[in-house]
Amino acid sequence: MKADPAGVLTGVHYFDGDYACGEGAMAAGCRFVAGYPITPSTEVVERVCRRFPLMGGTFIQMEDELASMAAVVGAAWTGTKSMTVTSGPGFSLMMENIGLGAMMETPCVVVNVQRGGPSTGLPTMVGQADMMQARWGSHGDYELIALSPQSPQEAFDLTVVAFNLSELYRVPVMFMMDECVGHMTEKVVIPEADVIDVVPRKLTDKPPGEYWPYQLNGKDVPENVRAGDGYRFHTTGLTHDYRGYPVMSADCQEWNVRHLIDKIRLNVDDIVRYDAENLDGAEVVVLAYGITARVTRMAIEMAQAKGVKVGFIRLIVVWPFPEKLIRSLAGQVKAFVVPEINYGQVVLEVERCAGGKAPAIGVSHGGGGVHDPNAIYEAIMGAVR
Amino acid sequence: MSATTTAEATTLEHPIAPYLRMDRIPHIWCPTCGIGTVVKCYATALEGTAVNLDKVAIVSGIGCTGRVAGYMKLDAFHSTHGRAIPFATGLKLSRPELQVTVFSGDGDLTGIGGNHFIHAARRNMDLLVILVNNFIYAMTGGQNAPTTPLSARSSTMPFGNFEHPFNLPHLAASCGATYVARWTCLHIRRLTRTFSEAMQRKGFRFIEVITPCSTLYSRLNRLGTGLDLMRFYHDNAEIRHGADTSEVSIGFQEKIICGKFVDIEKPTFLEAKDAHYQKVLGEKYVPMPPEGGWIHE
Repeated sequence: MKADPAGVLTGVHYFDGDYACGEGAMAAGCRFVAGYPITPSTEVVERVCRRFPLMGGTFIQMEDELASMAAVVGAAWTGTKSMTVTSGPGFSLMMENIGLGAMMETPCVVVNVQRGGPSTGLPTMVGQADMMQARWGSHGDYELIALSPQSPQEAFDLTVVAFNLSELYRVPVMFMMDECVGHMTEKVVIPEADVIDVVPRKLTDKPPGEYWPYQLNGKDVPENVRAGDGYRFHTTGLTHDYRGYPVMSADCQEWNVRHLIDKIRLNVDDIVRYDAENLDGAEVVVLAYGITARVTRMAIEMAQAKGVKVGFIRLIVVWPFPEKLIRSLAGQVKAFVVPEINYGQVVLEVERCAGGKAPAIGVSHGGGGVHDPNAIYEAIMGAVR
Repeated sequence: MSATTTAEATTLEHPIAPYLRMDRIPHIWCPTCGIGTVVKCYATALEGTAVNLDKVAIVSGIGCTGRVAGYMKLDAFHSTHGRAIPFATGLKLSRPELQVTVFSGDGDLTGIGGNHFIHAARRNMDLLVILVNNFIYAMTGGQNAPTTPLSARSSTMPFGNFEHPFNLPHLAASCGATYVARWTCLHIRRLTRTFSEAMQRKGFRFIEVITPCSTLYSRLNRLGTGLDLMRFYHDNAEIRHGADTSEVSIGFQEKIICGKFVDIEKPTFLEAKDAHYQKVLGEKYVPMPPEGGWIHE
């Protein structure tokens, strides 16, 4: 369906990434946000809490991030699209209930405007070191989806996509911004509501009594229900069967966990998103995401000016990872170069997928600023030397 | 007893069976545990109060009492340890017509979940909070709780507890709860009436129910069987409606002051929100619809 015009601020704006993300959420139909103040993410909820009273949305500033994430999972079970927003330390506190969201198969969006860590780290300065936490930060086995925007425009566009993916696969979607994109102000074009595609919460057609919350009926994702419609369903964070009833057995664990994994892994080709440039005949492929992708472009241009054939992959969806793409390139390129503002997270995934056929060279630093393009350039030149 | 009456008896349904997930019975609670009694009183109150059960949701945390949501035939959520109240807050705020009950234990709601408890009370969040207090972390084997009375033994205070426990009605009342009561699970009729009355109130309603844990608390403290504890409640519970909540703390094997301590009216979170935005934004204000923020084709 198309977006509800009540949430769409059509026009040409000059927004930072945080505001654009908030606008994207409202355009996507988000009507419940719970959050706790934390730099550099707070402007997202500050945007939302000014506009929500005009469109039937509810914002609540909870007592901490544990509560924020728990409230979001609860709210999502009323059919209301729900979101929370945080940065590193708050993201750590949300992990347990992100796991609950994964286990209960709850569509919702978690925004992390990444700053430098660990611990309190660099509250006002950039980092990209929560990427593995986004994937596996909660205990146990599950698969989630994570996106990474490179601009305020994408902070708007991809927040809508994040909500849509959360509905399609019934998972919490991690929206992994970074401080630079969050605080960067650029032109943001918000289109008319009737051209913004949103995925509504499709509820089951089955009557109460015939519906079970985790019955698959041959599909990859179970049908939705919401509290208050007379279904009197049960859901739990415990290992559960198709009825949502706890079953403490290895067999049920296998069924339950395998389903959480499969619903993403079997649909990777539909979920992955990336920009690819000049991959044909590339000697070196650089892979980056978020703000680092923008810095990388300069390094690529410098190397291309020296006659090096450099391909570029910009991850838009980071998790699940475009494994097939890397595998297919691994036999062709001399090396992958992976700049990221951490000491090696996504580069390890590139290395795994390359399977020893090409090295994956990380260009790392601890955060607090973007890369010096020369460092990426040197890595590219070193790879072809 | 004739064969016929036996046959009839086996086909008779228990009066609260329609409120339970009978396909999940038998439950996991120990013999002489008090939680089942509290569930019976809650179900009886639902039956006696003209609430639309389709609009009642129940949320539990983790622990023995955390299993209650799993047995109630309502929209039921077994959430994470300590987070039943914020989970319930999300449910209530995004579908305001729901009547949301939080049903959990002392450790869950006031130990790991203590911060949420005080803030939900402060906000006067529209939740009925039923707290079953067995003075101990029972599911994990009898560890010390924020409610364990001074000098009582627990598995992590084997020489007796030296930490000051919470006085829960006082905590709830001082944080802003608009309805506060305490009973033991011996007070079946009074507890049921209190549940019924609280269901007809709004805002943050807190009911503490003292229950025996004969498997752990009672055994560690040599208090006898569940029946012995019920006798203790009979002899030592004192009903004092309207008591000053600062005077209802519970000592080890001392008097248990019961009754309704607080019953006042104050705008709930949602009432305050709606009234405030209507005042400052006028016609521009769009409240969350009672049926929630579900956007659909």
